[in-house]
Amino acid sequence: MIGDVLTVAWKEWRELLQVGGTVRGGRLSLAILVAVFGVFLPLQSGAEWVQSPATVFYWGWVPLMLVGSAVADSFAGERERHTLETLLASRLPDSAILLGKVAAAISYGWGLVLVMLALSLITVNVAARTGPWLLFPWRFAVGAPLLALLGAGLAATAGVLVSLRAPTVRQAAQTLNVGVLLLVFIPVLGMQALPDAWQVQAGAWALSVGADGLLWASALLLALLDMALLAAGFAQFRRSRLVLD
Amino acid sequence: MSAAESEPGATGPASYPRRGRVPSPVSSSLQVSWWVMSAPAIIRAEGLTRAFGEVRAIDGLDLEVQAGTVFGFLGPNGAGKTTTIRLLLGLLEPTSGRADVLGFDTRARGGAIREQSGALLEHHGLYERLSAEENLDFYARVWRMDRAARAARIRALLEPLGLWDRRREPVSRWSRGMKQKLAVARALLHKPALLFLDEPTAGLDPVAAATLRDDLGTLVRREGVTVFLTTHNLVEAERLCERVAVVKQGRLLAVGHPDELKARSATRAEITGRRFDDAMLSMLRNQEGVLRADLHNGRIVLELAESAETAPLVALLVQLGGLVEEVRKDKASLEDVFLTLMEEEP
Repeated sequence: MIGDVLTVAWKEWRELLQVGGTVRGGRLSLAILVAVFGVFLPLQSGAEWVQSPATVFYWGWVPLMLVGSAVADSFAGERERHTLETLLASRLPDSAILLGKVAAAISYGWGLVLVMLALSLITVNVAARTGPWLLFPWRFAVGAPLLALLGAGLAATAGVLVSLRAPTVRQAAQTLNVGVLLLVFIPVLGMQALPDAWQVQAGAWALSVGADGLLWASALLLALLDMALLAAGFAQFRRSRLVLD
Repeated sequence: MSAAESEPGATGPASYPRRGRVPSPVSSSLQVSWWVMSAPAIIRAEGLTRAFGEVRAIDGLDLEVQAGTVFGFLGPNGAGKTTTIRLLLGLLEPTSGRADVLGFDTRARGGAIREQSGALLEHHGLYERLSAEENLDFYARVWRMDRAARAARIRALLEPLGLWDRRREPVSRWSRGMKQKLAVARALLHKPALLFLDEPTAGLDPVAAATLRDDLGTLVRREGVTVFLTTHNLVEAERLCERVAVVKQGRLLAVGHPDELKARSATRAEITGRRFDDAMLSMLRNQEGVLRADLHNGRIVLELAESAETAPLVALLVQLGGLVEEVRKDKASLEDVFLTLMEEEP
């Protein structure tokens, strides 16, 4: 089973690296993304990028942007390019196909975030030039990769779920982009829409649990969402329906 | 041992003879017919039906395909050929009826069937961004072949197809004919007991189609695999298949060796000449053994019963004032049989 999942993930990775028709084209796209999040934005933020607890939460959100475009292709792309039926006619079990695609998307998003984290640390230190080396506090060193992993999981499972039903990659990508925007704006606008008293209570609760509490609460919420979406993906995966789509 | 083989009631591919054990399919149709009828059935369908709403794509299909044969499933577009392959692979569930493939019920054991089958479906299904080698490598991994076996098998399949030297190019740069050949290689990669080919030469130019057909024949004989081939190319069916079934709108119209089907049809005679008219046609139609007589572009086309002789008919034409230049008498081709069946059935 694990071997089958890795086989599907291997193929997905090969395809991701070949976006644009060549390995060079695929790598260039990756390099641009890494440069923006690993160099440009840290340069603008300076030492805050490494030391502020608020930036930990930022890393849970970055994979949503990174993984969306890749995962939209997972099933919708295979359907569009007429490769899905051949894959379904192979000996691979349903779970291996689904988990392989999710694993590839997660490893893609999470791997990029880890590279960006390392690069951003180097960038901030090189830009500061003076004083001792700035390092991530332990909360950041554990929390950022954890939230990034769970964020990548959220994007991957939601993306696979959308891609399973979408007739084209473009439609899947559009649906996912709308989803990401809603995920960002609903909490912000929702908070503002709450009565003042509730807003005060929510602020007080956040202060009482502290940054660590918020980190673990966020991680728990993301983990639950990941599992729910993965379960929905398994429920949606029907060979007969995929063949006829 | 695979999970499929270890379960009770699972026959598995070892029970089915490969083509290597049978006489050459072209050596003698009689020998082949005997072999075909005595070999165990690798596919057995009973009342197999699949409906999409009100439309029955497959309607009560009863079919047996013996191991070690190339079986042609012929029909026009929309006859239900692709649906039949999907049903036999366990990708679709039948609305009613049942089918056993390789000893496994398609409804319950689709995974076991796919484990031991290869398929080239309606589309070639190749990953165009990847190279030919990567495409095959992926599917070899799917079938759990180790690194050395993968490399050896990929070379063994690509070299005879003339694709080895271009194996590192992205498939998107290849011609359609090359892609189809590669897809055939992919379907044979894991040495399946049963190979499904869904119109493998559709959309190819005549040269590419002929090349693929030759390569297919060579590979299939070499690999000794049972083949279920859907096509509406009757030349292809006649050249490759030991047995054929003809379907229309999901219903089976005829099944048998191509020679058997042709023997059921009338002999055809074509008389070329001048001064032929309708009165002569009427006279010919009244002769014993003449099933049909038509005038096409100045030629008289006759369909004759097996016992009918051509010489008295030619003499009659001459006597009536016709000038006969050439007489050609042919057995019905598979195409004639096919077209007759299509016309006869509503």
